[in-house]
Amino acid sequence: MTPKKSKVKNGRTLIGGQGPMFVMLSPFMILFFVFTILPIITSILLSFTSFDLISFPKFAGIDNYRRMLADDTVFPVVVKNTLVFAIIAGPLGFLLSFLLAWFVNEFTPKVRTFLSFLFYAPSLVGNAYFIWKVAFSGDSYGYINSLLLSLGIITEPIIWLKNATFLMPIIIMVQLWQSMGISFLSNISGLQNVNGELYEAGAIDGIRNRWQELRYITLPSMHHMLLFSAVMQIQSSFSVSAIAIEFAGYPSVENSVDTIVSYLSDVATVRFEMGYAAAISVVLFIMMALTRAAVGKILGMSKG
Amino acid sequence: MGLKLKIKTPQKKERAFSKRFTRSRFGNFMYFFFLTAAGLFSVLPLIYAVATSFKPIDELLIFPPTFFVKRPTIVNYLSLPNLLSNLEVPLSRYIFNSLFVTVVTTIIYIIISAMAAFVLSKATFRGRNLIFLVIQFALMFNAYTLAVPQYLIVSGIKIIDTYLVYILPQLAATLGVFLMKQYIEGYVPDALLEAASIDGAGYYRIFWQIVMPVIRPAWLTVTLFSFRDVWAAIPNGTIFSEELKTLPQIVTQITAGGIARTGSAMAVTVIMMIPPIIVYLVSQSNVVEAMSSAGIKG
Repeated sequence: MTPKKSKVKNGRTLIGGQGPMFVMLSPFMILFFVFTILPIITSILLSFTSFDLISFPKFAGIDNYRRMLADDTVFPVVVKNTLVFAIIAGPLGFLLSFLLAWFVNEFTPKVRTFLSFLFYAPSLVGNAYFIWKVAFSGDSYGYINSLLLSLGIITEPIIWLKNATFLMPIIIMVQLWQSMGISFLSNISGLQNVNGELYEAGAIDGIRNRWQELRYITLPSMHHMLLFSAVMQIQSSFSVSAIAIEFAGYPSVENSVDTIVSYLSDVATVRFEMGYAAAISVVLFIMMALTRAAVGKILGMSKG
Repeated sequence: MGLKLKIKTPQKKERAFSKRFTRSRFGNFMYFFFLTAAGLFSVLPLIYAVATSFKPIDELLIFPPTFFVKRPTIVNYLSLPNLLSNLEVPLSRYIFNSLFVTVVTTIIYIIISAMAAFVLSKATFRGRNLIFLVIQFALMFNAYTLAVPQYLIVSGIKIIDTYLVYILPQLAATLGVFLMKQYIEGYVPDALLEAASIDGAGYYRIFWQIVMPVIRPAWLTVTLFSFRDVWAAIPNGTIFSEELKTLPQIVTQITAGGIARTGSAMAVTVIMMIPPIIVYLVSQSNVVEAMSSAGIKG
């Protein structure tokens, strides 16, 4: 069942005429245009202005971009942090969510539903990550401190969330905990539709173990869902911010976990420099888009 | 039904492949170790939330801190109405608003996104790839900066302080179209549509009777995501009437309290988890059912 490109017959579509096509496409497209595309275009335009939300935006040319790339001392730091998050949390989340889905898929449907629930559960509630804050609480009431103290590994409670060394790994861990659900579930739904006969055919054709099955049958059948999962991971790992702010505050100790989005929200909602914030989000968007293109190349499925 | 679907119902040999190849003993150990560790990691914090929501105040402050509850009490739940006593409208109104907005949005969202995904993956017209590229990349534009333009649009079309503020912007989310389009391209073969077309099925019928059943795992999954997002959404400065507010907006008042309110905060978290969990259980058991009855032949 290899996906084929739709055949164009005399310029007409494979399945029926133009009328129904537009009827089915337009509700989403209209809403998408009004609530997503228009705001994006507005933001891009705003990035060339100076705008404080009160007076009308003043055209400022490329001042915002020049300031960001040449003068701003915080910007390079938040870019570096964001890239660290993206390079570690992105691929890790992608691999883990696939591995888990692949493992879980071997079970009978009932067990699978239960296990899927375990792995999806953290994503169920938007802000459940605040539970981890209790675990990493800096006094001896914190669960991790209390455990380490009673085991004699440490003698003084560690103030986890004020320690630049520990913050990054902690945030990455909580971020993975929170964000893997979407990729995991989409992988599960993809795995469930891999044609079982392919496996039988594969066995006849000399596939001898699970790894070969994975390499020659499962992954090729899954590549559409894998691309989806990769894009979701890019999106979430470049946008780490809510968890970092909740755990470490903004700015965090030694700016150790301040990300582009944290900085962006500070510029937009505290300093009300909307033009500058827009410019930052344009640059962030370009970084994500380039990553998306590179990932498409690496996975050999740039066409999506 | 004149339309012969090519969806057959063979005895699904779902598990056959995994039985055929056995793992080494070490592989087996690693496999279960990994699953157990990952399972505990993801679910322990939530068990903690449930346990803590039943802790009396002295157990919350005890040292060393305990994980499980020793003398469970429902006082944290009973005190919630008191914490919310300054509400201007009854709690049931917030619950109704949340459920109403979430259910309506999710149903419309699934339908319009699935239709768009179907057209974008199976029809051929100029600009199709461009549209899809824009949809995919729009996912990556940061929400913070979009908030202000979105606010201007929402006020421009005069839907501020109506239910539509919750519904319309959410319908424009691209995740659903993206996921379902990937799914249709991966798992709905052209041959299936051609056959249906030859049998005389029209565009809409192909969509409802063939595409939607086949991509059921995908749209049930999107249902989960949408339900979760709308359920937890807090509109910024676009809802003023107390009788139009939803649960998350009053919940933040409670979770913002200090350690003395930990129990109540956990109780609220647990209550907020229940509807998404119900939706999860219902939809996932449907996925399983769908998969065991419909194997697709390409």
